[in-house]
Amino acid sequence: MKWLINHWEDVLIALGEHVTIALTALVIATAISLPIGIWAAKNDRVYRVALAVSGFLYTIPTLAFLALLIPVVGLGKTNAIICMVAFSLMILIRNVATGIREVPEEVTDAARGMGMHPAEVLIRVELPLALPVIVAGLRIAAVTVISVTVVGAYVNAGGLGTLIFSGMSNDFAPKIWTGAIAACALAVAADLSLARLESRLKARTA
Amino acid sequence: MFIEAWDYLAGHQTQFLAALWRHVALSASALGIAAAIAVPLGVRLADARGTALVAINAANIGRTLPSLAVLALVMPIMGTGFAPSLFALTLLALPPILINTYTAIRQVDPDIVDAARGMGMTALEMVRKVKLPIALPVIFAGIRTAAVQVVSGAVLAAYIGGGGLGDFITAGIAMMALPQLMVGAIPATLLSLGTDALFGWIQRALTPAGLRTR
Repeated sequence: MKWLINHWEDVLIALGEHVTIALTALVIATAISLPIGIWAAKNDRVYRVALAVSGFLYTIPTLAFLALLIPVVGLGKTNAIICMVAFSLMILIRNVATGIREVPEEVTDAARGMGMHPAEVLIRVELPLALPVIVAGLRIAAVTVISVTVVGAYVNAGGLGTLIFSGMSNDFAPKIWTGAIAACALAVAADLSLARLESRLKARTA
Repeated sequence: MFIEAWDYLAGHQTQFLAALWRHVALSASALGIAAAIAVPLGVRLADARGTALVAINAANIGRTLPSLAVLALVMPIMGTGFAPSLFALTLLALPPILINTYTAIRQVDPDIVDAARGMGMTALEMVRKVKLPIALPVIFAGIRTAAVQVVSGAVLAAYIGGGGLGDFITAGIAMMALPQLMVGAIPATLLSLGTDALFGWIQRALTPAGLRTR
């Protein structure tokens, strides 16, 4: 406790770093998954291939993945962010595709009947209706990314894991406690707030 | 680099096999203990609404906790070694199995349960002969998720002295010895993929032919 009072600034910096890395990864992963997911929703073969490849990436152990990237990109934030993006793809692509597929055909038919262009149908009808499912994916991805960021500290990416590792190597429990509890709290907070957003969106589209 | 990794592996065969064995033993024990706790608990909870809400919410929170944070939290309390690693990994494996068991048992058609009751089955018989067989594929899906998570988490157990393949990775990173790092990372990846494939196969085998998708 005493350590925390004297070092709360360090903790805040680590927390800020953690959030920044996680958000960066999430934004990149979404930017990649959205077009692939949309394509996969319309094309069964794309769906199968995209899920097989991203599912393969998702199964690789975090630390092994970070380690395998070292010969390619070295240590640092880039390494951790590539790893996190790779882990989020499966969840995001799957949910984007599922969300769009679950839009009732009558609705898209009606939109087409109103003279909407396919791109308009996608942007004004399908994506808004798929949003709750996409946010559900974003929620799982956010938790995953926060979790991976903790390990990312080992390849010098920064974040709350830094406190844990330095606490471990100096055998200093308060640092471990602070880092680990803050990381858990961050994951739970992200999960709960996105869950709330998800149910609000669901209520709106229902 | 891969050739060097192969040379390193050839030179450290006994060490590697010991680490691999420890990795598998650690993961399998954690998964076994977690399943032995979570499946009966999930079955019980399915009939107890009040407690279930608390337990399932707790499990949902447990599911979001970062693996490394959980391992790290165990260390100041239990120290380092096999037992603390086993404890932390078991904790990580519990939520997916518990949630899937609970959900699967709740989803068993009440008419079927009614019919079983009408046939004069006791509560235990209904669980054993009706509910569990119907719920099995979904329960096993939870066990599969937990298995991959545990094999993955066991790599991180190296940080708290759990041993396993993570030892090669952490030492490899610390000394920037790439061959050594590969000797940990590649088998760990294969082990995780293999676990997923194996459990996927069992899951399929457990699913009645009529319910299989794809």
